[in-house]
Amino acid sequence: MIVVNTETIAGYEVRESKGLVQGNTIRAKHLGRDFAASLKNLVGGELRGYTELLIEARRQALERMLAQAEQLGANAVVNVRFTTSAITQGAAELYAYGTAVVVEPVK
Amino acid sequence: MSFQVLLQVVPFVVLIGLGFTVGGFVERAHFRRLERRERELADITVTDLRGIPLRTKAELCGMVTGEVVIASDYFKTFVATIKKMIGGDLRTYETLMERARREALVRMLESARQLGANHVANVRFASSNISSGMTGRRNRRAAMVEMYAYGTALRLTDVGRGDV
Repeated sequence: MIVVNTETIAGYEVRESKGLVQGNTIRAKHLGRDFAASLKNLVGGELRGYTELLIEARRQALERMLAQAEQLGANAVVNVRFTTSAITQGAAELYAYGTAVVVEPVK
Repeated sequence: MSFQVLLQVVPFVVLIGLGFTVGGFVERAHFRRLERRERELADITVTDLRGIPLRTKAELCGMVTGEVVIASDYFKTFVATIKKMIGGDLRTYETLMERARREALVRMLESARQLGANHVANVRFASSNISSGMTGRRNRRAAMVEMYAYGTALRLTDVGRGDV
């Protein structure tokens, strides 16, 4: 499965569009990470726990989107976008969406 | 009485001092690190255009992403809290945002490098707020930036004027 956030794929030609596919996930952070974060808020610096959390969440949203694309019989997703929304305190929704397409390599 | 006042003032001053010294040190070290990594990655061209440059042949390497969460320090947060009352630039937060954006971009470029790309097209930034509304009294003023950069990594080869 090819995933890009451009409308076209270099070296490939879009044959068929299968429509919009999407995936989301809602993640909450846990107390341990909260505590570490409150310490980091004194001296600044990167919050690695949160970074990992977000990477995991982003990957999950993307995977769900790809599963949908696969179901539709697509072999690529183009024009992928990510958005987030705060659904409740301490939790965030990560949302990935794109257009599922069937592509063929250009001869 | 004066002892009680002292008990309230001393931790506050210590925290501000800690934020100012350690936070400042962390920030300067981060900027130095960013500059070094940006120099190393300078040969990868970055654009937010969707298309590829003219007179090049592109080969797809895949979508690349970079992500970072950076916390403010006590001093920055304190200065910003004061500034919020009187208005004006929140300069202490501006550097925080800059660090987060550059770090996310550098991480994205590092994964592009791993894929053997020399160009990243259609770069987008997104920020999320998973940490908003932390529990606890002190944490309510906590500020952190969460930045996400993503783009499409390509390997471009020059095809010269004649071929276009």
